[in-house]
Amino acid sequence: MSDRRTGAQIMCEALIRENVEVLFGIPGGAIMPFYHALPEYASQLRHVLCRHEQGAGHAAEGYARVSGRVGACVATSGPGATNLVTPIADAWMDSTPLVAVTGQVGSALLGTDAFQETDITGITLPITKHSYLVTDPNELPRVFREAFHIASTGRKGPVLIDVTKDAQQARTVPVWDVPMDLPGYRPTYEGNARQVREAARLLAEAEHPLIMAGSGVIWSGGGEALRALAERTGIPVITTLQGKGAFPDDHPLALGMPGMHGWVHVNRAIQACDVLLNVGGRFDDRVTGKASTFAPHAKIIHVDIDPSEIGKIVRVDVPIVGDARRVLEALTEAVEPRDRSSWLAEIREMQEQHEHRQSYRKRPESSALMPHDVYEAFDRIARERGGYRVITDVGQHQMWAAQLIEWRDPGTHITSGGAGTMGFSVPAALGAAIACPDETIWVICGDGGFQMTNQELATMRQEGIRNVKIAIIDNGYLGMVRQWQELFEQRRYSGTPLTGPDFALLAEAYGHRGMRVTDPAEVAGAITAAWDHDGCVVIDFQVEREANVFPIVPQGRSIGEMMTEGVAE
Amino acid sequence: MRSTIAALIQDHPGALNRAVSLFRRRGFNIHSIAVGPSETPGIARMTVVVDAEHVEQVAKQLYRLIDVIKVCDLTDERTLQRETALLKVHAPSASRADIVALCTIFHARILDAGSHSLVIELTTTPATLDRFTDLVRPFGLKEVARTGQIAMVCPVHRERTATLTAAEESELDFEPNPLAV
Ligand SMILES: Cc1ncc(C[n+]2csc(CCOP(=O)(O)OP(=O)(O)O)c2C)c(N)n1
Ligand SMILES: [Mg+2]
Repeated sequence: MSDRRTGAQIMCEALIRENVEVLFGIPGGAIMPFYHALPEYASQLRHVLCRHEQGAGHAAEGYARVSGRVGACVATSGPGATNLVTPIADAWMDSTPLVAVTGQVGSALLGTDAFQETDITGITLPITKHSYLVTDPNELPRVFREAFHIASTGRKGPVLIDVTKDAQQARTVPVWDVPMDLPGYRPTYEGNARQVREAARLLAEAEHPLIMAGSGVIWSGGGEALRALAERTGIPVITTLQGKGAFPDDHPLALGMPGMHGWVHVNRAIQACDVLLNVGGRFDDRVTGKASTFAPHAKIIHVDIDPSEIGKIVRVDVPIVGDARRVLEALTEAVEPRDRSSWLAEIREMQEQHEHRQSYRKRPESSALMPHDVYEAFDRIARERGGYRVITDVGQHQMWAAQLIEWRDPGTHITSGGAGTMGFSVPAALGAAIACPDETIWVICGDGGFQMTNQELATMRQEGIRNVKIAIIDNGYLGMVRQWQELFEQRRYSGTPLTGPDFALLAEAYGHRGMRVTDPAEVAGAITAAWDHDGCVVIDFQVEREANVFPIVPQGRSIGEMMTEGVAE
Repeated sequence: MRSTIAALIQDHPGALNRAVSLFRRRGFNIHSIAVGPSETPGIARMTVVVDAEHVEQVAKQLYRLIDVIKVCDLTDERTLQRETALLKVHAPSASRADIVALCTIFHARILDAGSHSLVIELTTTPATLDRFTDLVRPFGLKEVARTGQIAMVCPVHRERTATLTAAEESELDFEPNPLAV
């Protein structure tokens, strides 16, 4: 027997060579040769059959976000491939390393509107870091190598490999030691030494400096380095939504989250600071508010691995292109320590002044089950237990989770931030559960988002997954949209009231455990029971329907203009 | 205001599409685009002229594309610019001599002649092409085809006080990199 094998076999071997252990996907005509080969590699390559390709894509993202490795998903051509568009866009916005493999119609049929032909490389062009259309099996080894390299280096992101059916079927002898052909791709990791010195000088001279940490700190493994810099310089640290966990929320220098739903004292500190070091964040508009009014007195140092992020939203005084961890380490070495206790005290005073008005932080006096009850109990129990990750969906429940839970470790808070993709959490938990079988994977989602992708509960059942616990903050509304309608559109609740099935029964129907909680006194017991239960659990927390997330900065306004109670401050 | 960007791009299917797509995304109108082989085999040079003022961000995003090897914003550089046009002009014997005279002034070449028309070729700056086109238009302009502008930074003139190292020399001869941050 010769070394000749099919393109499909080469694809499987290429995935194994890239250390892929699990693939999330759904088969179909154009990817059938690949699925035909798959069982031969079953001992090394686990396939998880999802219920929707969107779920497969988010599962791969969840896997990547908790493991730091590349997530892989697979789909057939046409509708299979287009169902992957949302998770690809999500991975693009959150810089998640993802390789999506799609089958394509035979090369002779390309461009003829053949059955289930869609131009998926064309459709995903603006939302992929790179993509390939492969018609020749001899290209497969190089293409897979490049794809995984591109997805996992520099600013991480999604790469699509579209393989025609005939390329999967054709036989050839694979040549594995082909060099990559990427002359235009050389990510910069080491920050320019002169810029680092300049940044260190600015930080040392600053009276009121702040550090803002984004997801780059987490992806680069820079948590320790951030802590070292903060502690050496005494500079207070803000963590963005995607930076949650990069710096422990219970650290004396931790201030909290900035932006649209950030704390008052954090946004005030930004507006007052004289030097702002943004490391690994991209000044999303949910962080900056009206960008021209953001941090008006600050010299800005921006550390980002992607040069195209620098100067995109705000003016930057010291740009540093590089890996967050390495630049943080270089800065720590270069910077002179200085006493910053009076600045910190000033911020803490601001915080205290506002604390009594921060009713949003505590539950109001009412007998109804408040979302806050759930977060308070969860935070307390999670702190005792450890060994968990939390994946949130998109909406009010997501912002409460970011605000009300103390995040302490990188990779424990996972959410769809840039794209804000409802339906992300349940399938992402599937992927996270497979990557971290010894941890408890909590989902906190809304009743709206849950209903977008909850069919992956069946996948969890089929795969024998037992470590996913889902808390639905069930308010009977597309809550975040309803809140905007309440605050900015005279309570015109258009298209936001929402019913659902009996979520507890639904969970049972899928073969998991279901619970319903309506009484504040039952919250902690339910969370504990779910944690202890050997199997997946869905808890339907039927909460006060019109609770709001505060503070809120109305869209397009300066982050100085925060609403804390439905009236502008 | 027009901006000119030149980029070196790997000669791959879809590479040009990706590059051009970045201008589309911003809603920038592409005034002209010229693509052809560069000095390096397998690498194409694209010159884009856009009707937009602030293209630094697009230039950076272009650079982010895997297939893009180098990007230069030539807008504010001292450059040599050229574009070629073919013009088919209505030219009965009554007006033919006047058209030929214009061609002589502009150093344009007459490529072909029929009983009622001439085909003229002119390579010059885009602005001069515009002027020439306006001048022949009254004679009856039947067809115009333009290649799109290409551009190259002028060589640096500097007193040779000392011998330069190879690195310094290449720095001198190379366009300033707008992305060197
Ligand atoms: C796929 C998708 N569709 C629509 C939206 C717009 N959107 C943002 S938040 C939200 C409401 C989410 O409702 P729910 O899941 O119940 O969460 P809640 O806000 O009530 O906590 C909607 C519709 C979105 N982010 N994603
Ligand atoms: Mg809801």
